[in-house]
Amino acid sequence: MHIPDGFINAPTSLAAGAVAAGGVGVSLRRAAQTLQEKQAPLAGLVAAYIFAVQMLNFPVAAGTSGHLLGGVLAAVLVGPWAGCICVAVVLVVQSLYADGGLTALGLNITNMAVVGVFGGWAIFWLLRRALPATKTSVVVSAGIAAGISVVLAAGSFVVEYAIGGAGNAPVGTVFAAMVGVHTLIGIGEGIITALTVGVVLGVRPDLVYGAQDLQVPLVLGTEPERAAGEVS
Amino acid sequence: MRSSNLRRFLLGGLLVAIGLALVVSGFASPSPDGLEKVATDKGFLETARDHLFADGPLADYAVKGVDNERLSTGLSGLIGVLVTFGVGWALFALVRALRSRGQDSDPSRAP
Repeated sequence: MHIPDGFINAPTSLAAGAVAAGGVGVSLRRAAQTLQEKQAPLAGLVAAYIFAVQMLNFPVAAGTSGHLLGGVLAAVLVGPWAGCICVAVVLVVQSLYADGGLTALGLNITNMAVVGVFGGWAIFWLLRRALPATKTSVVVSAGIAAGISVVLAAGSFVVEYAIGGAGNAPVGTVFAAMVGVHTLIGIGEGIITALTVGVVLGVRPDLVYGAQDLQVPLVLGTEPERAAGEVS
Repeated sequence: MRSSNLRRFLLGGLLVAIGLALVVSGFASPSPDGLEKVATDKGFLETARDHLFADGPLADYAVKGVDNERLSTGLSGLIGVLVTFGVGWALFALVRALRSRGQDSDPSRAP
């Protein structure tokens, strides 16, 4: 879903640049407040993992492929603030690969790091509230939210196209085509996200931001007894 | 947090990412992605301009000078994973450090 230079005109790209800068700026501030020191390498790993999996285009409809965007994956693992920064870092590095135009960086960060992350996180949060507080719910919610986040990001592109698209195709047909193909890609996004969150939940559930509420506070209540037992 | 376990988790995760970018990437679908396909079908693909780094050393996920396609893609992926990990870690560590410094000076500013 990386927009190249030229698809969207300069004023719209600039406006999206402001949205992107605002989103990443607020995220940096909030991540600084919430992120623990030891989570810095973890957030780096999440960004690196997303970079890797974004290379793995999977076939969807005839002659079309899709790849992970990773917004919900990042948000569920390290929180939406750090998650937004992770995806933005990936997009900046991808510029070196001529993937996503330099003048379109603001558009791409808006679609994938802002709309994809926060829109997807909102859906994840709603699903978590509706479903029972179990690990399975976290995995299912992450998968569904990830799938929908791809369609949201595609919709965000259509908004940009409607405002400043260089093409002549009517907005309605672009909308239908974008939503159609990205619904299919969203299924892949959902599966990859659910699998990855499931694995991390199995290995280190304490590292999953979106499952923090499932952590049993096992230390404080029983500590004195256990300590006493260990001494004797 | 169990820090030795965390280190093992980070190392394991990084190895998975490297494996995917270095090896599995060679088997990715070469078809255009969703947006590119829509742009082609709806006739606005030609509005795209060439990327500034279109001839860069890593353009299109290939390392310039490495002719074997799969190896070239894999190496570009390996570089990308390491760069992204390093930049991400450094950025988050920097943000954390700036914030703790800001906090230290806060009490002196309080009325």
